[in-house]
Amino acid sequence: MKKTGSQILLECLRLEGVDTVFGYPGGTVINIYDDLMDSPIKHILNRHEQAAVHAADGYARATGKVGVAIATSGPGATNTVTGIATAYMDSIPMVIITGQVPTPLIGNDAFQEADMIGITRPITKHNYLVRDIKDLARIIKQAFYIARTGRPGPVLVDLPKDIQMATHKFEYPDKVELRGYKPNYSGNSRQIEKAIKMILAARKPVIYVGGGAALSNSNLELKQFAETIQAPLTMTLMGLSSFPNTHPLSLGMLGMHGTYHANMAVTDSDLLIAIGARFDDRVTGKIATFAPHAKIIHIDIDPTSIKKNVRVDLPIVGDLKDVLKKMLEQLAEYDAQVATLRDELAPWRAKIEVWKKEQPLGYKSSKKEIKPQFVIEKLCELSDEDAIITTEVGQHQMWTAQFYDFIQPRTFLTSGGLGTMGYGLPAALGAQAAFPTRQVIDISGDGSFQMNSQELATLVQYRLPVKIAILNNNFLGMVRQWQQLFFNRRYSQTCMELPIDFKKLAEAYGATGLQATTPDEVEAVIKQAFATPGPVIMEFKVCREENVLPMVPAGAGINEMVLAS
Amino acid sequence: MKHTISVLVENEFGVLPRVSGLFSGRGFNIESLSVAPTIDPTISRMTIVTSGDERILEQINKQLNKLIDVIKVIDFTGQDYTEREMGLIKVNAEESTRAEVLRIVDIFRAKVVDVTQSSYTVEVTGAPGKIDAVVELLRPMGIKELIRSGPVVLGRGAKGWKTQ
Ligand SMILES: Cc1ncc(C[n+]2csc(CCOP(=O)(O)OP(=O)(O)O)c2C)c(N)n1
Repeated sequence: MKKTGSQILLECLRLEGVDTVFGYPGGTVINIYDDLMDSPIKHILNRHEQAAVHAADGYARATGKVGVAIATSGPGATNTVTGIATAYMDSIPMVIITGQVPTPLIGNDAFQEADMIGITRPITKHNYLVRDIKDLARIIKQAFYIARTGRPGPVLVDLPKDIQMATHKFEYPDKVELRGYKPNYSGNSRQIEKAIKMILAARKPVIYVGGGAALSNSNLELKQFAETIQAPLTMTLMGLSSFPNTHPLSLGMLGMHGTYHANMAVTDSDLLIAIGARFDDRVTGKIATFAPHAKIIHIDIDPTSIKKNVRVDLPIVGDLKDVLKKMLEQLAEYDAQVATLRDELAPWRAKIEVWKKEQPLGYKSSKKEIKPQFVIEKLCELSDEDAIITTEVGQHQMWTAQFYDFIQPRTFLTSGGLGTMGYGLPAALGAQAAFPTRQVIDISGDGSFQMNSQELATLVQYRLPVKIAILNNNFLGMVRQWQQLFFNRRYSQTCMELPIDFKKLAEAYGATGLQATTPDEVEAVIKQAFATPGPVIMEFKVCREENVLPMVPAGAGINEMVLAS
Repeated sequence: MKHTISVLVENEFGVLPRVSGLFSGRGFNIESLSVAPTIDPTISRMTIVTSGDERILEQINKQLNKLIDVIKVIDFTGQDYTEREMGLIKVNAEESTRAEVLRIVDIFRAKVVDVTQSSYTVEVTGAPGKIDAVVELLRPMGIKELIRSGPVVLGRGAKGWKTQ
């Protein structure tokens, strides 16, 4: 039986196991939306296409499945750009379907035409313009395959309206054949053997974990690896939640706002084992003084990440899960040496413990004012262990990274690479859609919240009980911090002059609004929010000019931190 | 240092901007780029002349390989290969200079492919250095227009590229 292009699309999505899509209708996707009424796939109507893409992204990060978003051509499609770039920078598997003007009109500056293939080429893993209905099923199959395999990433499929309306026999290919795309999953055994030798010879090793650990679902192997060799482990912003931060081997986050002991340990280390990380400038600081004494082992599925920013002594290309498993197997053969290694590393662990005692993460507590760090600590204390936390971008994001102890994998969703304000709320929405019964909390600043606050409507409409904690400092805090430290306190355009009544805003959408203005109200507000069904905004009037510390000034080495005390 | 890279790509819609966009987006140089289909019509072959240090070349190679439509990449630097470029040069040919132009054409085994009362169009093929030389020698006569194809290369020996 023949099907229309839009039916074929939806059938393909169903066969790919898609249960929920996020999107926004318009003229060039109206056929898809019509057929959606007859499809088992659930559609969530966001209030902005950027939010739809972030929601699909949050869904993907929380579940590990491919997130799907739909937008119409022209403005709908261009609204997706920030969402796509956000997912691309953090390697999130997604398929974005955009409507396009009918093929005969392409190139004519038709109404609501935008060259999405051109616009998204540098921010997608791959993209397709479907020019013939015969290719549609194959392209959708390939899009999902490319999105989820290798180093994952977003794939955009631009689907002209006439193709959606055309008819063709539907056959879903069962195999994908791409002669130019064969990601290498299996780590080279000889390289792994060399790595084991280097590890056994190390006296000051540090494991440095990035977002790849979550993407490859290798948190268990990672834990086993760290425990086997008893080596300290530090995480990037994207690595957080892949290893329990309460674990004695955890050094917390490294880099610009990393812990003192993590940055000192990396600087002093003799072996850095990089696992699914990419040596981003926020992590390395000044390259010349980054881990100057260390040999570097770099394990990554993407060869382009290796030796891009730093020299590497031993590259291992492969899936982390595969490589870590092989490393564990080989380590098992060196039982005695591994036992010796564990003992030999005792002085190293002790040295790090001293750094940690000297300069623990901390802040000056206050009885009068609400300290933002205190709110994060309370949220951590009062939330469930499997709660999913999302953030926006700014100081609140860094405090969350520092003061919230993530235990379970895929519980921390944040825009690491692009640093997109407005990400957290729609991402929380997507995560909550995937896990309706888990706690999902967006930790936000007052600035970021207003970049996608319209999603309150979506939350209320779909009964998604996301809890939103706004650390309201009435500033674009992170930029204000830079202005304070590097621009003589000239607060150019960072003071949000207009105080917002967030309680009323919540109520306008049919959500609940709560407010805490003193430290002793904090706990009660959080408890009340968690006990309240449906979405809740908790507004915390926090101390306005608090800074995120430690801080490595731009261009400095990561051991040159501005410290809290 | 200069590098000549051959890239086999899917002969797909929009593949050229994927490659050129990669170079511009990441700040890599392109000195020349030529592209045309191969004996297999589903595959095109690009020859790219670029420059950079070892680290940059490694990135260029890896980044090209990362593109879904790229099937194979070969950096010919340090390998045995044949390199050819074509130049078409429209040069003034007045009474007084015609003979000299023809002499140069003859020496370089070039060809005159178009003649008017005041000009010759010279076709010259060879290694890029040979084209440079002809251009330099013709320059005093007055070059009206010049186009170069950019080099194309093929490895020496009996072995061809496997694409599967
Ligand atoms: C879309 C976007 N625009 C601008 C920025 C630059 N920026 C980074 S942090 C920040 C301030 C964020 O303020 P807020 O959300 O109130 O959080 P706070 O730092 O106060 O915790 C800005 C403007 C950004 N990251 N993203």
